[in-house]
Amino acid sequence: MKTRVKEYSRRSEFFSGAVKSFPLLLGAAPFGLIYGTLAVSSGLSVQAALAMSAFVFAGSSQFIAVGLVAAGAPVMIIILTTFVVNLRHMLYSAALLPFLKQLSHGWRIPLAFWLTDETFAVTVVRYSEEDSSPWKHWFQLGSSLAMYLNWQLWCALGLFVGEHIHNAQNWGLEVAMPVTFIGMIIPFVKNSAIFSCVLMAGAVSLLAGGLPYKLGLMVAAGAGICTGMLLEYHEKKKESILNKGESL
Amino acid sequence: MTMNETIMILGMMTLTFGIRYILLALADRFVLPDVVESALKYVPPAVLTAITFPAVLMPRGQIDITMQNAYLFGALAAVGAGCFFRRNSLLASIGMGLLVFFLWRYGLTLIA
Repeated sequence: MKTRVKEYSRRSEFFSGAVKSFPLLLGAAPFGLIYGTLAVSSGLSVQAALAMSAFVFAGSSQFIAVGLVAAGAPVMIIILTTFVVNLRHMLYSAALLPFLKQLSHGWRIPLAFWLTDETFAVTVVRYSEEDSSPWKHWFQLGSSLAMYLNWQLWCALGLFVGEHIHNAQNWGLEVAMPVTFIGMIIPFVKNSAIFSCVLMAGAVSLLAGGLPYKLGLMVAAGAGICTGMLLEYHEKKKESILNKGESL
Repeated sequence: MTMNETIMILGMMTLTFGIRYILLALADRFVLPDVVESALKYVPPAVLTAITFPAVLMPRGQIDITMQNAYLFGALAAVGAGCFFRRNSLLASIGMGLLVFFLWRYGLTLIA
């Protein structure tokens, strides 16, 4: 049987990035709707609510900002809270660094602006696939634009017709994100170090679930990463002892 | 848009973009230490798990391991399907996870 070599192009990568993001687009929809609805009732102006989606583009921090506006919090507090909530994105850019540092800043700037949990997830999977496509950043661009336009759409819908849409949070669409992430995590689990990393991150995320501002996520990810590294170090040490034993 | 709103959005935008861009901006000026380099491969599974566990085990903010938690059973189905069809785990997990979630959620209420 002949194996077909897949041809990659900018175009095919771009569309593949958008298509692979599809379940995550669905998962983001209820959050966009709820954000729009909450923004209206918080007293934020329509222009400001739309501008926040267009220029900040970070779902969780937009939610929290709208909540703080409603509570009458000072602007400085809202900005600082945003900083803490979005700190996790630095972890994402660190993980993508080996792949993105080959690109010009003309690429890095927009890809950084559009870096979300979802695009990070689909893209890091694409970058770690072993084929030698030179256009993987077009995949990231496709995912980024799809997520961006999708978010603007649902936020605007929430703003303008949110009051007529009932219980978007009860439709269950947000389940699309965890099941997609599960399908992405499984191929990563190739050895015991990564398996323990996953178990530890999961366990700590439940224990730290009560922490505000997405700090639980950071703590859990940190614990998982440390566990994986410790185990890797331990195995390497064991291996080198075994090798020494054989050579004697 | 009021002055306050403009300041708030400008501030949020600057910090959020700064967080996302700073490492990429400085990437040409430093070489990552080996420890950090080897830590990076654990970032995706660790972060994705840290998002997924609370989403399915505490969908309403508290740990919920009951038959009523459709998220949990959707997720278990996704894990099962993903491990079984390892070569195409993504599609298997999404398909099976969504199917079981919606059957569990809406099918059970129909029966009951």
